[in-house]
Amino acid sequence: MDWSFVLTQTLTQAIGIQAIIYCLAAIGLNVQFGYTGLLNFGQVAFVAAGSYAVGVIVLTFDLSLWLAILVGIVVATIIALLLGIPTLRLRADYLAIVTIAFSELVRLTVRSIAFRDVFGGAQGLNGKLGQDFHDTNPLPADFQSLPILSWTRQDLWVVIVGWILVAFFTFLVWMLVRSPWGRIVRGIREDENAVVSLGKNVFAYKLQALILGGIIGAFGGIVWAVAKQSVQPDTFRPEFTFFAYTILLLGGAARVMGPVVGAILFWIVLAGTGEFLGQAIQAGWIDFLQPTDVGNIRFVLMGSGLIALMVFRPQGIFGDRRELALDAK
Amino acid sequence: MPSNDTVPGAQGEAARAALANVEARPGAPKPDPIVIADHVRRSFGGLTAVNVEHVEIQRGAITALIGPNGAGKTTFFNLITGFDDADEGKWSFNGRQVAGMAPYRLARIGMVRTFQLTKALSRMTVMDNMRLGAKGQTGERFFAAIFPFLWNGQEKSIAERAMGLLERFNLHEKVDDFAGSLSGGQRKLLEMARALMANPELIMLDEPMAGVNPALKQSLLGHIKTMREEGTTVLFVEHDMDMVHDISDWVIVMAQGSVIAEGPPDAVMKDQAVIDAYLGAHHDAQLTETGEALTESADGDPR
Ligand SMILES: Nc1ncnc2c1ncn2[C@@H]1O[C@H](COP(=O)(O)OP(=O)(O)OP(=O)(O)O)[C@@H](O)[C@H]1O
Ligand SMILES: [Mg+2]
Repeated sequence: MDWSFVLTQTLTQAIGIQAIIYCLAAIGLNVQFGYTGLLNFGQVAFVAAGSYAVGVIVLTFDLSLWLAILVGIVVATIIALLLGIPTLRLRADYLAIVTIAFSELVRLTVRSIAFRDVFGGAQGLNGKLGQDFHDTNPLPADFQSLPILSWTRQDLWVVIVGWILVAFFTFLVWMLVRSPWGRIVRGIREDENAVVSLGKNVFAYKLQALILGGIIGAFGGIVWAVAKQSVQPDTFRPEFTFFAYTILLLGGAARVMGPVVGAILFWIVLAGTGEFLGQAIQAGWIDFLQPTDVGNIRFVLMGSGLIALMVFRPQGIFGDRRELALDAK
Repeated sequence: MPSNDTVPGAQGEAARAALANVEARPGAPKPDPIVIADHVRRSFGGLTAVNVEHVEIQRGAITALIGPNGAGKTTFFNLITGFDDADEGKWSFNGRQVAGMAPYRLARIGMVRTFQLTKALSRMTVMDNMRLGAKGQTGERFFAAIFPFLWNGQEKSIAERAMGLLERFNLHEKVDDFAGSLSGGQRKLLEMARALMANPELIMLDEPMAGVNPALKQSLLGHIKTMREEGTTVLFVEHDMDMVHDISDWVIVMAQGSVIAEGPPDAVMKDQAVIDAYLGAHHDAQLTETGEALTESADGDPR
């Protein structure tokens, strides 16, 4: 049993590219759901918008990555308006239904044969998607690896910029939620009619929150496309959104640091159990599992962990139990 | 505190004087109406919840809207304030036609309401609840929000004003508590104070006294009179006849969706139609001082 391998792999993934992508998606959800109370069950559509903006602009149209990022932001905004305008005046459930349906619609559209020339069909878009970004890599060309964390030169640069993005958006959210803007948005989560009765245009604030959360999610998708140099339609399944929610609840919704802590924890649990079980099976400690079971078992463990968390610490790692108690009234 | 003064102030005298010559009949025109509503109708399926032909609310006065459960008072509030859509009808606020206007815009132009089921924002502090009420905040705009120096000063003056109101409503010691930790009566007070943060021209209170203890009721009456003294028009729904009698300058009675009577409190409470529809023959328990009329009307009932 190679303990050091389990540890380094777990640590590398805990703060790795996947953690960053999910963290960004969860920061977006925190704005929408955590603070504003909007049930967006289609966050993956915004992530896909970011990824496909990079894929389509860079690969299909052969334009620059920087333009692609701009397009990603614009497309995320358009999606938010498209989903928000018809539903945000209605009861909260409508947004939930429409967003989850829309996210599947996006996935099925981009993988369809009809649009293969643009989106690449089921194979997606593969090529030098992030070249413009990787060309800016300041790390020495003979860079091998950090002591414990096993990233390539290219991945390390993505990880560095990725965490800078996380820090930036976390800071932005922190600034916003402690402002009068944040007060309105939290009020909407509590009781939107009360906020309306005080003369606030609740609909506009909900749209703003949906757009902001969507754009942050799209940055997750941009990081993904740049890091993997590939965009695959079937990575944008609804479970992506649910993992992002898991992360948010793990860290604590409506906590500025919730998504960061949640994402790291999520990947520690997921990667840690995966690596551990894989090693344990190899070493013959566990004989009732096959190596192919590991992928599924870790989600079973994650689910059990989440249930345990909801029972014993429903406010999440960072949440304030006092606040939760008030909900019952 | 002056707010606990039960003697009507100058504005109260003026309001009563202005209404002295108004006919006591449904739909009576007022000398200086702030709200005029015409043919306002709202039905839920087969049930006509509101069907008001004509009603006017006098500016600067305290008007009570009373009537039995299910009379349509809350629905009427919802329609006028834009929280519900009328099937037909038009109404004006300050001379401006406002039917169909979004509720937040109505609030902005000065028509602010509270709710029968109190809407305290539980997981926000009392102070944040109050601050939310203030109008025209720079920091409420997305891009200004991220630059605190743009709104810090305003935030301070809002907090000061909020503190003043909280003291008046005896909530100043709760300022940093979550609103959800307040008692039911305290939440009513908070909601009223929060509405005042918006500097309303017309404040519409839906059962402000429900669940408030007698001692507090007295000071609430004082607060409402203070609102009138400060130039705010008050329209309130209430089942507590003591309160209605004590503070209102004018009373409008609704039953089954329509206005069935209007008039000064004393006259309305003697009105046979009102007694039949709402007060009942034994409502005199609370009104013994002014209740001679009851025995009269019980004896001399022409019908
Ligand atoms: N959303 C609704 N759907 C269906 N019926 C409704 C709705 N809202 C109110 N009603 C009906 O309309 C009528 C008037 O209700 P409303 O709440 O306005 O009464 P109210 O005068 O405020 O009564 P109370 O003094 O009990 O608060 C009632 O018969 C009620 O059942
Ligand atoms: Mg009512």
